Amino acid sequence: MTERVQGVDAGVKPVPLAPPGPNGQGNGEAPRRRATAHSMAASQRDISVSEFFAKNRHLLGFDNPRKALLTTVKEAVDNALDACEEAGILPEVWVHVRSTGENRFQVAVQDNGPGILKKTIPLIFGKLLYGSKFHRLRMSRGQQGIGISAAGMYGLLTTGKPVKIMSKIDKGKPAHYYEIQIDTKRNEPEILNGKGEGDEIPCGERGRQAIEKLGIEWVEVEHGTRVTIELEARFQRGRGSVDEYLEQTALANPHVTLHYMDPEGQEKHYLRVAETLPPEPKEIKPHPYGVELGMLVAMLKDAKASTLSQFLTTSFSRVSAGVARRICEAAGLSPRASVRKIGRHEADALYKAIQETRIPAPATDCISPIGEELLLKGLHQLVPGEFYAAATRPPAVYRGNPFQIEVGLAYGGAPATHRVPKETLVELLSQSDARTLRQFLATTFDGLGVEAADQILHTAKLRRRMSPGKLKEAEIDRLHEAMQNVSLNDRQTMTVLRYANRVPLLFQAGACAITQTVMQTNWRAYGLSQSRGALPSGPVTVMVHIASVWVPFTSESKEAVAGYPEIQKELRLALQAVGRKLGMYLKRRQKARHEGERRNLFLRYLGEVATAVSRINRTDRDALYEQLLKVAKRKTAEADAKYDERGQRIDEEEDLGEHVLIVERATSPTPVPAACVAPAEHPEVAEVDDEID
Amino acid sequence: MAKKPRTSAAEQREIDPKDLSPRDRKTLGQITGLADTVVKAAASGRDPAMDIPARTLSNVRYNKTKRFIEMGAATNRRQLFNLNQAKSYMQTMLVAEGAKRLIVQGKTTSLRGMYYLLKHTIEGTREETFDDQEESDSVIEDLEVAIEALREELHVYAKNAGAMVGEITLIDSGDTIDCTRMGSGGYSIPSIVEPEVIQFAKCNAKFILHVEKDTVWRRFNEDKFWKTHKCILTHGGGQPPRGVRRLLYRMHHELDLPVYCLLDNDPWGYYIYSVIKQGSINLAYESKRMAIPDARYLGLRSKDFEECGLSNSVKIDLSDTDRKRAHQIMKYPWFAHKKPWQKEIEKLLENGFKLEVEALISKDISYVTEEYTPQRLADQDWLD
Repeated sequence: MTERVQGVDAGVKPVPLAPPGPNGQGNGEAPRRRATAHSMAASQRDISVSEFFAKNRHLLGFDNPRKALLTTVKEAVDNALDACEEAGILPEVWVHVRSTGENRFQVAVQDNGPGILKKTIPLIFGKLLYGSKFHRLRMSRGQQGIGISAAGMYGLLTTGKPVKIMSKIDKGKPAHYYEIQIDTKRNEPEILNGKGEGDEIPCGERGRQAIEKLGIEWVEVEHGTRVTIELEARFQRGRGSVDEYLEQTALANPHVTLHYMDPEGQEKHYLRVAETLPPEPKEIKPHPYGVELGMLVAMLKDAKASTLSQFLTTSFSRVSAGVARRICEAAGLSPRASVRKIGRHEADALYKAIQETRIPAPATDCISPIGEELLLKGLHQLVPGEFYAAATRPPAVYRGNPFQIEVGLAYGGAPATHRVPKETLVELLSQSDARTLRQFLATTFDGLGVEAADQILHTAKLRRRMSPGKLKEAEIDRLHEAMQNVSLNDRQTMTVLRYANRVPLLFQAGACAITQTVMQTNWRAYGLSQSRGALPSGPVTVMVHIASVWVPFTSESKEAVAGYPEIQKELRLALQAVGRKLGMYLKRRQKARHEGERRNLFLRYLGEVATAVSRINRTDRDALYEQLLKVAKRKTAEADAKYDERGQRIDEEEDLGEHVLIVERATSPTPVPAACVAPAEHPEVAEVDDEID
Repeated sequence: MAKKPRTSAAEQREIDPKDLSPRDRKTLGQITGLADTVVKAAASGRDPAMDIPARTLSNVRYNKTKRFIEMGAATNRRQLFNLNQAKSYMQTMLVAEGAKRLIVQGKTTSLRGMYYLLKHTIEGTREETFDDQEESDSVIEDLEVAIEALREELHVYAKNAGAMVGEITLIDSGDTIDCTRMGSGGYSIPSIVEPEVIQFAKCNAKFILHVEKDTVWRRFNEDKFWKTHKCILTHGGGQPPRGVRRLLYRMHHELDLPVYCLLDNDPWGYYIYSVIKQGSINLAYESKRMAIPDARYLGLRSKDFEECGLSNSVKIDLSDTDRKRAHQIMKYPWFAHKKPWQKEIEKLLENGFKLEVEALISKDISYVTEEYTPQRLADQDWLD
């Protein structure tokens, strides 16, 4: 990001790259000059970041009306959570999406955070690249200071409506209300209400009247901020929707309470399951390995230190006087050299020296993971299932940036298609922009492939190419019934929930290192079926969280994590850790099923045997049956206690280890088909998946 | 399958145990004994099991003095509480129950009838007690060996196969059968030919000629071979079924008639001869009632192609299975030490072709009845 924005600036500043010289005039056959340096210079001018992003809105996640809505909610919620956590407040967030006209929505997000000072409100919401997060290395959701102001700008561009902010910093203090729009040319905020000064809203009854007069929605809190943006958007449920984002946010942030009211007035409340805030992430200085030459030059220019040694030890983490001396030696510079005298050439040498010097890895205590226990709790609450496992890897480092990987896994439970009530289905159908029913099914429901969609449609006796919006009542009924009844367990594919610093990533799954690593993992070894290089099948949800002071995204819209080898390795190890537990669980379950089957087999024949015998020698059939039954029970229990399915003796059950949650299902509505429980192919020779360092 | 009230039609039709034949009473006792083991095992909390003599090649041996195959002592234990055996255990008990019903009602049924008698859906499942007749056939044989009862003692018979004609008069279920007046079809040999069913009334025959199949038998019958040569003519439709073998045995032993076999010149023909003479592996337990160690092999012989001057067109090439089979038969203990037999089979392999009895028709339609067989009998040119 750093380079990108700098690059934009550098490219447009009127820096004459090639001076017009004798070369330009050349010989007579050269093409006629169309413009002179002077005439060109006249049209070259500064462009502001805001202007640039107004034209390139897709870079920030505003490519289409549907995504714009999500991005707006997401930026506002991320900011709210960041603010609360930084202030040490257990976050409670209200999200209200309201339709204000055709393709127009109003998004309002309020938090119980610390509030924002009157003078900084306009800057935060009305100026791009203004923020506290860019210049520091600290684990937070936002990184750049673009998001919320960009959302405001998008709203302004599409509806002409300003961003409305109300903020209150303490119980006894007045609240402030602003209507702001961004001046894209100057990248400056413009305050529209209260004669350019905003409105002050006093406490108490008078304040309430004022709020009503101004037509502001405000949830009564001691302190907090509410931001309201009106924008052109489309509201849609299913994959990549606001609903999904909020649900997944609740999953990864068990300490957050979320209240959500959607455009149809339906309310959803995600209550916190953890009453403590995650430990506060520490801010760290950059590690020398993670600094690029350009940044090093910039740091040298801004340095307050006088000597090179001082500069190194104070600007970076993990650089002691000794390390600084070794760097200087390697660079052929004196540790006491003045920082101001370090030129481009010396900086280059210094950069190379840094790479060659052994510097301890950065401290990793600056990251606060969700933790296995909360992962399990969160998953259990949101993903119905019977088995849960979680693993948090120890922190590691890529390019000088500490990061940490966590994985949670949920197995079992009904697929998304089984959980949809008919009303929701009707709504989904009418909203869908899919052209065919098949496409509708495959894109709306998680873990549902084209094959499964075909099966559902076949069962419902509907044509694949029918338009979702044109179904008749009876056809919808058939579809709904088929969705409930078709067993998709073996056709379901794994659902992967991706998170970066507790923010769900909803787009570009294919480009993301997380998805790629999940696909490269050999899940067959853990009892799932999987074609090579694809997501495994089965009723499995995997949640992957990468926490870092600087998450390497592949693009500005923060949708996919870049595949650094260090990150991929940690991902793999974490996935294998939960995979192993799943494998053990499935094996155990299979064993229990074998036992049941065996008993069933005997029971089936016992009645026949008892009847035949009683007819031959006139014994009492039922008494004989009871006796045989007793023997059967004892026999099967014995056989099963001693041998596993490979005929090997096992003395005790394998320990599944910590961080595992098993839910006993009281009643299972349909018998579990064999295919979902144990894939026909037995785990091949298990991969050597222990740590290789 | 609740217990039926005592007054049910089936119960009423039951024969008073006192009126049962001693043989039926014995069989019934054995079946009841089998059922009692289940009750006993269940009462003492043990796993009900039965021992079934193994009907495999490894469990038969050739008794040199008796000159036939006998079943060894090896048994297979069939347990109810064994995943692989539970179903066949249940089936064995069903067959026992079915046999009991037949006996007390004084009825007999075919193998297929038994299959239908016992086939039903197991309560509470979609599984059938028997999936096909092969299953019940094999279980019936298991029961035969397990309680040392013969199939006919279980009141089960196979379909008729094989025919007989010739200088003999017998009584079948009270009817007098004059086998010289059987027309072109002959007397169809039933599967149960025990003395209770069939008695020999009069016999003018001097020997028995057993041929492999119906077509050859018709040739002999049409030419009234049995009349000219004072003999009995039988066929078994390929490998002779129990009824045919048992009847041959009885006529051989009770009427003192030598048995000559006219079979195809191929490993299958040798095998049929071996079964008639020594008994079969599968029914080794019945050898003592069926094997005819003195039966003789009249033809066809591997030398016949040259001796009879047959044309090349009647040759049938030996297949790989034929060769394999021939090698196996050579190693049968009852052939292994007989030089003429070793030579015979070696010659067959050397020839590389087999001959059917019908091949002799290429010489003349009645060559086999008018020249070949009489000549061989006169010359006593046979294998033993």
